Parts: sequence; C-alpha cells; structure tokens
Amino acid sequence: MPATPDRSARALSRWLGVLPFFAFATLFLLLPALYIVVGAFRDGAGGFTFDNVLGLRQPSILNAYWVSIKVSFWSALLGCQIGFAMAAAVVLGGLPRSLRQPLLTFSGVASNFAGVPLAFAFIATIGPAGLITLWLRSDLGIVLQAGVWNVPEQLLWLLPGQVRFPRFTILSTTGLVLTYLFFQIPLMILIITPALEGLRREWREAAAVLGATGAQYWRMVALPILLPSLLGCMALLFANAFGAVATAIALTGPALNIAPILLYAQIRGDVLGNPNLGYALALGMILVTAAANAVYITLRARSERWLR
Amino acid sequence: MTRALAWAAFLLGALYFVLPLVGMAEFSLSMRREGYSLDAYASVLAEAEFQRTFAFSVAMALVTIATGVLVVVPTAFWVRLRMPELRPVIEFVTLLPLVIPAIVIVFGYIRLYNTGSWLPLTGTAAGTNLLLAMGYTVLALPYMYRAVDTGLRTIDVATLTEAAQSLGAGWGTILGRVILPNVLGAVLSGAFLTFAIVIGEFTMAALLDRPAFGPFMQRLGQDRAYEPSALAVIAFAITWGCMGLIALVTRTQRHLRTGAR
Repeated sequence: MPATPDRSARALSRWLGVLPFFAFATLFLLLPALYIVVGAFRDGAGGFTFDNVLGLRQPSILNAYWVSIKVSFWSALLGCQIGFAMAAAVVLGGLPRSLRQPLLTFSGVASNFAGVPLAFAFIATIGPAGLITLWLRSDLGIVLQAGVWNVPEQLLWLLPGQVRFPRFTILSTTGLVLTYLFFQIPLMILIITPALEGLRREWREAAAVLGATGAQYWRMVALPILLPSLLGCMALLFANAFGAVATAIALTGPALNIAPILLYAQIRGDVLGNPNLGYALALGMILVTAAANAVYITLRARSERWLR
Repeated sequence: MTRALAWAAFLLGALYFVLPLVGMAEFSLSMRREGYSLDAYASVLAEAEFQRTFAFSVAMALVTIATGVLVVVPTAFWVRLRMPELRPVIEFVTLLPLVIPAIVIVFGYIRLYNTGSWLPLTGTAAGTNLLLAMGYTVLALPYMYRAVDTGLRTIDVATLTEAAQSLGAGWGTILGRVILPNVLGAVLSGAFLTFAIVIGEFTMAALLDRPAFGPFMQRLGQDRAYEPSALAVIAFAITWGCMGLIALVTRTQRHLRTGAR
C-alpha cells in the first residue's frame, strides 16, 4: 500500500528531528574515523593494499605497541586492585559512612585531573628534584635515580654500607604506570562502588548460616558475583590508559616509545616516512581500545544479572 | 581485624593521592630560595601568553558547551518523544568517543579537512578553531548525552510537549522554554564537566596548532622549573571547582524536587 503523502511527510519530519545530530556525528566523528580506517588499506596512489598493516611489523612499531600494552596493563591491574581495596574498605570495611561521599567526590576530581598538570604534579613530587626524591636522598640516603641506598650509620650493624636496588626515574614505564594510577584508581572507585553496594547483606548472612567463614564467603559467593565487574573494569581502565597521550608527552617528552607518542610524532612530522603507515598505526590503536571496550560492555551486561 | 585492614588500605591509598598534591603545592611555593612565596604564581599570571591561552581555552569551552547543548538537547528530546526505537543507535554513537582515542579523531580531521579537501577547514584560523570546538564537542558527547538523557527521564516529556502545543507553542518555544528549564540541572552538570575537560586539553589543540592553555602548559613545563607546578595547582583548583559546582547543582535540584512535592 503506498503511503499517503501526509504520512510520508510525517515520517520525514520525524527524521528531520535527529538530522542535526547525525550530520554532526557524521562530519566530526564517523567520517574522520572512517577516513583513517580506509586510509590504512590504501597505497600512495589510492589503490587497495595490505602493505600498511603489514608494515606495522617493524621492530620499533611493535615495540611501541608492546610498551603501551604493558603500561596500560599494569596501570589497569594495579588501578583495579588498589581501587577495589579502597572502595571495599569504605563500603564493607566498617569505616565511618561519612568517608564515602568525600571519597567519591575526590575520585570524580582525580579521575578528571589527567594530562599535562598531572605530569607536573608527579615531576614536582618524584621527579629528579621532587619533594620525595630530595627527602629520600637527604634524610635517608636513598638515591632513586642511581638505585643506591647509602645506609646511614645507625643501621650499619645490620646492613652493608651500600644497598643496590632497581633504579627508578619518573621518565620510564614504571614512572608512567605510577602516574597513570592517579586517574586509574579513582575511576575504579567510581565504577566499583555501586557494585559493592549491590552485594546483598542476605547473601553474607545466608553463607554464615550455612557455616561459611568470611574467606569462604568471599571466595565462593562475593568474588564470583563481582568477577565480571572486576574484569570489565580492568578492560575499561586498560582502554583508558591506552589512549592517554598528554600525560605521557608532558612527563617524558618524545623520549618514550609508546604507541600514542609515536602516532603523535607521526602526525606532526611523518617520522615513519610513510603517511599511510600512520593510518595503520591509528587503526591498530582503535582495534585495541575497541576490543577492550567490547570486553567491558559484554562483562557489564553479565554483572548486571546479579547486581541490581 | 577487618576494620584495621580497611583503615590501612584507605590510608595508604589516601597517602598516594595526597603526596603528589603536596609535592606540587610545595614546589609551586619554592621559587624563592629563602622560605615560601607566591612568586611562581605571580610570574605565571603576569605572563601575556598565559592570559591569552587561558582566555582562548575558556572561549573554546563556552563554544563547546553551547554546541553540545544545541546538538544534544533537541536530539535527546526528540528521541524520547518520537523515535524511541533509535535510542540504541544514538547511545552507541555517543559512546564512540570513549572507544576511538582523541588523537585518532584529530588525525582524521587533519587529513579529511586539509587545504586540498572538499571542506578546507584547516586552511584558516577561524576554520581550525571551529574544527577544534567540534572536536571538543565530540569528546564531551558521552558525558553530555548521558547527563541530559538522565535528566529527561525524570520529567514527562510527552505531556509537557502536548500541554505546550495546545497552548500554541512551536518547537523552538517547547525546547527553549519548557524542556530546557526542566533539564537545566543535568545540562549544567554536563557543562561543568565539559569545561573541566576542555580547559587543559592538550592533544587536539597541539595537533591542530591552536594557542590553547594545554599546549602552553606543556611548553612552559619544558623550560621552567617552578611555574609548571603553579599551573598544576591552578588546573587542579579549576577541576575541583567544576566538580564542586556539579555536586552543588545536583544537590540543589534534589532539594527543589523534594520541595515541590
């Protein structure tokens, strides 16, 4: 049956209402992303090719991805654990209820305090001339950059004159992980607190009635329920760290070879010497963050089955 | 036992967050050799480039907020009213900026809108500014859309619209004088968060070569010692201020709602 003019006019006006949104999203989000994806499979003349994607197999590029993945993984893992511990302490650990709201508010601030200023804060604290670095050196004889502890006299009966430990500088992957934790932990606290609040008191009581110890309750009831949430958060934190550019650049400059910094340098000055290789590099980043986000969304849907 | 462990976890975590803040505050006050002073702040604030870039970023934030409101509010309203079947699609699109890293989006802009393209936005300063504002709107889209959509959930969109229509209101009046005032709290929350994101943003501004606050901070970090810490304190205060305003708006809204009942 052909639609009457009136009805099709109405359908048209219905779509007119969302037209500005789709025009905006197409121009400034979808098309640019699509351009990169398509560009990754094009050669200089515009023909189809797999060379760019295969070209990513250079050791320096693979290494950049690998270091990025390591930094994101460790900052996500530690962020998850520490954030979980802090949220659990406040929600389940019997701390005063009045601590909860300030912790959440502070987490909101800290999770948004990323980028250049965050790098400055860590340089001022544990950089070469930072507060903690200087204090450790002058008061305790610990020289972080050299990895040497000049043991003070009072302890010489116990330890040799010099103790060596792994060197630490803020301009390293360890330093990067330490800095990223400042926005990773709060993000974890913000996402996991509702899940912890969703653990019903009845479950704990039911477990106790059946003779379970606290450890058994955690191992057999609480953790299985929380596991999808925890793994999902881990994926989200991973993606969060993987796409971070500003903090890394302000902290280490172009020195550190991680994927976002390499892409930044490529966009500024074609350091790879092949524009289309840059597209492939960007495509790789999209794929990694998309995979992490897909894991997050899938697991969140699973966790919502129990935690309502 | 549990409680002692809980306190330990909380305090150790808190220490991790307090130390960098103390470090940056202490460093920002240490410009003079003898004792603390506000010299670093005076030096930063007097810098002409600071004032210029800060003003630029504030203007960017305001344009971003205005664009975000114009894009998001009518769309979220229309989807609730007439096209609920489109909701999953729109939600998916608004979440994409969390999936595609900002650096990739701006990379696309640079190549798609370069001087030789069909829409040569990067050819002029005004065009590049526009592109940056649109990029920021994209970055803020997930937060803005979710805030407004949650706000719309608390009001009866259909009834309000019908009531306004029967009084002879057009779409502009409905949106501007009926819907917007009702979701103002949500819009403000989204706006403050947008402000916090935009004011110190680095990647997009640097790659589009705009004189924004983020790239200025990064440059200053390379050739000064104490001023960067002063900037970090200022940036932290701004972030804190934005989050405080969001909390205030949310609380006021709740009061108004319960008061009205």
